[in-house]
Amino acid sequence: MMALSRDTAIVGIGQTEFSKHSGRSELQLAGEAVAAAVADAGLTPADIDGAVTFAIDVNDELAVMRCAGIPSLRFTARTRGGGGGACATVQLASAAVASGAADAVVVYRAFNERSGRRFGQPISENNKSRVAPPGWNWYLPFGLDTPAKVYALWYQRYMHKYGITNVDFGLYPVVARKHAATNPNAFYYQQPLTLEEHQQSRWIVEPILRKLDCCQESDGGVALVVTSMDRARDLPHDPVRVAAASQAHLRDGDEMFGYYRGDLAGYEEGAFLGEQLYEATGLAADDIDVVMIYENFTPIVFIQLEAFGFCGPGGATDFIAGGNIEVGGKLPVNPNGGLLGEAYIHGMNNILEGVRQVRGTAANQVDGAEHVLVSAGRSGLVLLP
Amino acid sequence: MPSVIPPAPTLDDQFFWDAIAEGRLVFQRCTACGVVRHPPAPMCGECHSVEWDTQESSGHGHVYTWIVSHHPTKPDAEPRVVVLVELDEGIRFVSNLLGVDTSSINEGSVQNGMEVMLSIEDVDGVVLPQFRPVDAGDS
Repeated sequence: MMALSRDTAIVGIGQTEFSKHSGRSELQLAGEAVAAAVADAGLTPADIDGAVTFAIDVNDELAVMRCAGIPSLRFTARTRGGGGGACATVQLASAAVASGAADAVVVYRAFNERSGRRFGQPISENNKSRVAPPGWNWYLPFGLDTPAKVYALWYQRYMHKYGITNVDFGLYPVVARKHAATNPNAFYYQQPLTLEEHQQSRWIVEPILRKLDCCQESDGGVALVVTSMDRARDLPHDPVRVAAASQAHLRDGDEMFGYYRGDLAGYEEGAFLGEQLYEATGLAADDIDVVMIYENFTPIVFIQLEAFGFCGPGGATDFIAGGNIEVGGKLPVNPNGGLLGEAYIHGMNNILEGVRQVRGTAANQVDGAEHVLVSAGRSGLVLLP
Repeated sequence: MPSVIPPAPTLDDQFFWDAIAEGRLVFQRCTACGVVRHPPAPMCGECHSVEWDTQESSGHGHVYTWIVSHHPTKPDAEPRVVVLVELDEGIRFVSNLLGVDTSSINEGSVQNGMEVMLSIEDVDGVVLPQFRPVDAGDS
C-alpha cells in the first residue's frame, strides 16, 4: 500500500463542550468547532482551502465557510456511512493534501444527537413514514429497528462461540467510565461505574446488551485541521503525523456489520483494516502504545482487540480483565472514556484524543505514547509524533 | 401482536414480496452462472449477468444467531425473537422465530443451531416469512 499520507499531519483540533442539550443549532456547533481547530493550528481561516465531513452531516460546507470566515475552498469531500467512516475523513483530507488538491483541510462533524435526531431510536420513529427505508426490507419488518438490535444479532455469535456473557462485556464500560471519571472533557467526569451497576441497568437487547453497553447520545461538534508535514513544522504544535489512513470494506458487508458471509464471531473487516495499517507503517500490534476504538456497543471493543491481533480469538475478556486496557496497563484503550464515557460525536472525538495522546496533552496521558492506532471499524489511522 | 413496519419493495426485490404473498420463499438465481444470492441485487457479482430467475427455498434450516427484540419505547409490548437462519441451501436470512417462550430465554428456549422450518404468516397485517422450531410436537 502506498503510504502517501505519511507526508501529512493533524496540526489543529477544536471542539465544543459535550452535552445532552447544546441549546444551539448544529451549524453553530460546527462553526465553533472549526474556528477552534483553525485557531489551535495557528492558522487563519484564509489558510483553509479544503473541507471534509460525513455524508450525513447536515452542515453544508458553504454554510460552514460563512460562519468560520473561510474565504475560499478548492476541495470538498464526504465519507460514506456513519461512524465507521470517522477515520476516513482524515484519509480524504490527507489524500487531498498529499495530491496537492488542497493545502490545509478542515474536517468537521457536529450534531445534536441527543436533543435532536437520536440515532438510537427506532427507525420508524425517526422516519415517521412507517415503511422501510431503502435496503432495510431485510431487517425492519422483522423487528431490527434500532442499531442496538442490528449489531446485537452479529455480536451474539461471538458470545455463543466463546462462551462470553453480558457480565464479561460489562468489564469494558467499567474501564471506560474509570477513564472518563478523570477526564474533565467527559460527560461522565467524576462518575465511575461498578460492574454491579452495569448489571443492574436494563436490557436493551436480551441477552446481549444492557443500557450501559450502549454508547452515549450526545450533542457537540469537533473539528481538526490536516496539512502537509512541511508546513506543519512551522506551526505552534508539534505535528501529529498521519502515518497511515485507510478504509476497510469487504463484499457482502453492511455498515459496520455483516450477516451474509463468513464466521460472524470474528471481524473480517477489522482484520483487513489492521493489516493495512500495520503494512503502511511497518508497525506490529506489540508496537502500539494506545488504541482508540469506535465503540457503538461494548462487544465491538472485544471483537476489534482480537481483529487487530492484540489478543487471540476469544481472548479479549481475559485481556481486559487483566487490566491491560486501563491507563497504566499494557495497551490503554480509549483513555478519554471513549464513546461510552466521554461523548458520542460519531467517533470524531476519539480521533481528537489520539492527537492529544501523541502531543502529550491528554487528561489521562499515557506515558511514552508514540504509536496511536485509531479505529472506527471500517476506517482507521495510525498517528505518530 | 407486535407492531410490524411493512417492507417497501423496489424494482430489485418486488419479486421476493410477490412470492411471499403467494406463500413461497424464493431467492434470486443467476441464469448465466447459477449462483443463488440474497439480498437481491440487479446484477450477478460473479459474472455480471443481469438475467435471473428464482429458486424456491426448502424452508428448512438452523438458527445461526438470535436476539430478543423488545420494543424500544413500549417495554410492555410483546417481544419478538429475531433470528438469522442458515437455510439448507446455504443462504442466511433474517427472520423471526415463533412458538418459543421468551420468558425462559435463560433456560435455553432459543439456541444457536436449533432446527427450524419456514412458516409464512400474517403478522400485524403484513405477510412475512417466519420460522418455527422443528420438534416432535410441531412438525
